[in-house]
Amino acid sequence: MPSWNRRQMLRSGLAAAGALALGRFTTGCASLPDARTRRQSAPLAGDVIDLHIARTRIRIGGRDGVATTLNGLLPGPELRLREGREAVIRVHNGLDVETSVHWHGILLPPEMDGVPGISFDGIAPGETFEYRFPVRQSGTYWYHSHSAMQEQTGLYGALVIEPAAPDPIAWDREHTLVLSDWTFEEPHAVLGHLKTYGGYYNLQRRTLANLGDEAADKGFAAALGDRLDWARMRMDAADISDVTGMTYTYLLNGHAPAEDWRAAFTPGERVRLRVINASAATYFDLRIPGVPLTVVAVDGMPVEPVEVDELRLAIAETYDVIVTPAAGAYTIFAEAMDRSGHARGTLSSDPTATAPVPARRPRPLLTMDDMGMDHAAMGHGMSDDMSNGMSHGMAHTGHATPGSASSQPASQPASSPTPAEPAACRTPIEIVARHDGDEHGAGNAMVAEVARARLDDPGVGLRDAPWRVLTYAALRRATPDPDPRPPDREIELHLTGNMERYMWSFDGEQYHHGMPDIRLRYGERVRFVLVNDTMMAHPIHLHGMFFALDVGACARNPLKHTVNVKPAERLSFVLDATEPGRWAFHCHILYHMDAGMFRVVEVVA
Amino acid sequence: MRHIAWCLLIVAFARPSAAMEPGSFGALRVDELEYGFGDGGVPIGWDASAWYGGDWNRVRVAVEGEALFDADALSADALDGEARLLYSRLIAAYWELHVGLRGDLALDGDDRQMRGLVQLSLDGVAPYWFEVEPAVFVSHLGDVSARLEVSHELYVTQRTVLESNVELDAAVQSVRAFGAGAGLNHVEAGLRLRYEFAREFAPYLGVSWGRALFEAVEWRREAGESPSELRGLVGLRAWL
Repeated sequence: MPSWNRRQMLRSGLAAAGALALGRFTTGCASLPDARTRRQSAPLAGDVIDLHIARTRIRIGGRDGVATTLNGLLPGPELRLREGREAVIRVHNGLDVETSVHWHGILLPPEMDGVPGISFDGIAPGETFEYRFPVRQSGTYWYHSHSAMQEQTGLYGALVIEPAAPDPIAWDREHTLVLSDWTFEEPHAVLGHLKTYGGYYNLQRRTLANLGDEAADKGFAAALGDRLDWARMRMDAADISDVTGMTYTYLLNGHAPAEDWRAAFTPGERVRLRVINASAATYFDLRIPGVPLTVVAVDGMPVEPVEVDELRLAIAETYDVIVTPAAGAYTIFAEAMDRSGHARGTLSSDPTATAPVPARRPRPLLTMDDMGMDHAAMGHGMSDDMSNGMSHGMAHTGHATPGSASSQPASQPASSPTPAEPAACRTPIEIVARHDGDEHGAGNAMVAEVARARLDDPGVGLRDAPWRVLTYAALRRATPDPDPRPPDREIELHLTGNMERYMWSFDGEQYHHGMPDIRLRYGERVRFVLVNDTMMAHPIHLHGMFFALDVGACARNPLKHTVNVKPAERLSFVLDATEPGRWAFHCHILYHMDAGMFRVVEVVA
Repeated sequence: MRHIAWCLLIVAFARPSAAMEPGSFGALRVDELEYGFGDGGVPIGWDASAWYGGDWNRVRVAVEGEALFDADALSADALDGEARLLYSRLIAAYWELHVGLRGDLALDGDDRQMRGLVQLSLDGVAPYWFEVEPAVFVSHLGDVSARLEVSHELYVTQRTVLESNVELDAAVQSVRAFGAGAGLNHVEAGLRLRYEFAREFAPYLGVSWGRALFEAVEWRREAGESPSELRGLVGLRAWL
């Protein structure tokens, strides 16, 4: 994606025509279209947008592979819609298998949501499906396939909606940054490897050879003792990501790190970066060394500006960030959460200049506290800085602690400008909760004995960062919720899994075992409590509706479509059931969704 | 040879297929395919298994054994092997229950012994990452026997793995043809250090030690064999 200023954007509708010529391919191996010579694509806009899905030869990081592309591109073209207009998007399936496109984070009729088996029947080979829906929102979103793991093979792209009213976020230039993970393996083979051996892709284990490093850190006895504790639980503290740089090449706008995707700016400009984590299985930690990031929107929804130096993007989240770099070149650096690789590009005012690429940080380890172990949470865990900040009314107390300095960045006043809060809002979820006797059956390997909110915890691998890291606790929606109603009822769901078998589920029950819909009454306000009983972070995504993540800010709780739930975390969000229909609700780690971490939320009119 | 043919059959049928329902996967794992040298003098050993199915229900096929092959003809002078066909059910997060059939074959020159058994066993991971497999067997003649296998993998580096295992065999009735003395009759321990060029391809060096116990010691001596064996091993661990 090239650099686009706002004027160019207005002409972008014309660019669609060129891309159309690439459509209508057969998928026989011999006749695969060839996109190995990478080219820049213009955003697609206009009253009718045509997308042609095909298998395409592609070169990534110097190696040839075959991708599932839209209009011959990986990522697919950026789509530009306009609030208040009707979107008409025709998707032509040039594959020999069924496909689909889901519009991630978009409010639309359920039959336009693009989930085969739930919203519609999918798009058969050779068929065209016309998506048609009124555009009722604005901001940064994305789209991806919801069929046969095609999103791992390239079927995703940015979706930007321009507001009907003047945008409250001011900027001079914008760039869209689509982060993703690419593998030359077939995704079904990846899942097969994980089913056979959960640690298949982990080349950063604890070994005899690196015991010395840990011993040097905290003493031999403590290092060995910690390993024995983990071994007793049959858990791997180094299991940060299931699929890693062992097979992945991490991409920024489809470019491998060595290909150095570049974005231009003119010194003095306010540059809006629309950052999208379109990965199948990778959390990214994004920073631009030397350039503070002012977060102005999350998941498409404007928030009060928060200045940070680094932010973690859970899979499927989007962040809009304003930067105003001084003249020079800067590296856009997105490390995979497990540090097994990175995506990288350059933001530069000089077309030839480059900036140094930082070294990746060492692979982090989970702690006993991440496991929700009783002694950790009830003992030192409760008295340490991080949980202290949490249990005392969260970030709006303005109580910054070393572990979570980021939750109160310098740019934000210590006492947050939250309007008077109704009393009903002051009792959010129980902050610390002991797990009950239900251990969720054989599909679940552990429970978090004590789960608690971790909204101001930057998360594994970022707790020691010497700069400001965004946490959910710092997010405040830009426009407060005018509706002071307390939730009508509460639904608690546990995130569960068994790494030995690579089974993932809610409450220990995999979706394909015929799980019933979670039924909501139209108009009701429901608090969902999510408890993560696993040792992995899960990005939980609800289709078709936004929810207000409870960060303790009441009417200022941020609206999101995807929420990262950390290991042994207990958090809640409040959902207004305003969109009738059946909506997918699932973990956005592609392989977890496929392994059963999926439900349907039905809003019954 | 029958076992090898069986192996090939597994390769042919146990590959995952996209056409199956999404919950079905499968794998063939050759844990041990090795040449042994040492005072026991049995050159070839194997231990391979395949599974197919979903998260809860799987079919497993396993073969293991050892043979002394004639250098000229592709025939075994002596062979001691077994094959198993099992239904596997996930009963707890780390534990499978196995029920199925086992067939044993013992060849020694012209002497050929076979028996069929019913197997009931557990296979799982105990705390501290010990893989534990206790099993009981009842033969078609009503003989009852039991076996306990415990193994552990220690990652020395990211690709170098030291696998240790211990196997203990016991029987209620004496069945001399299969070396099964009443009571404890055999213990075996092994250490194998492999290097994973890929998860699917890992050659190893190792050592194994086995010893007949109690009644079986006498049988060995009467046959002119040593009751214990110590072997060096060169082998390959592979997945398909």
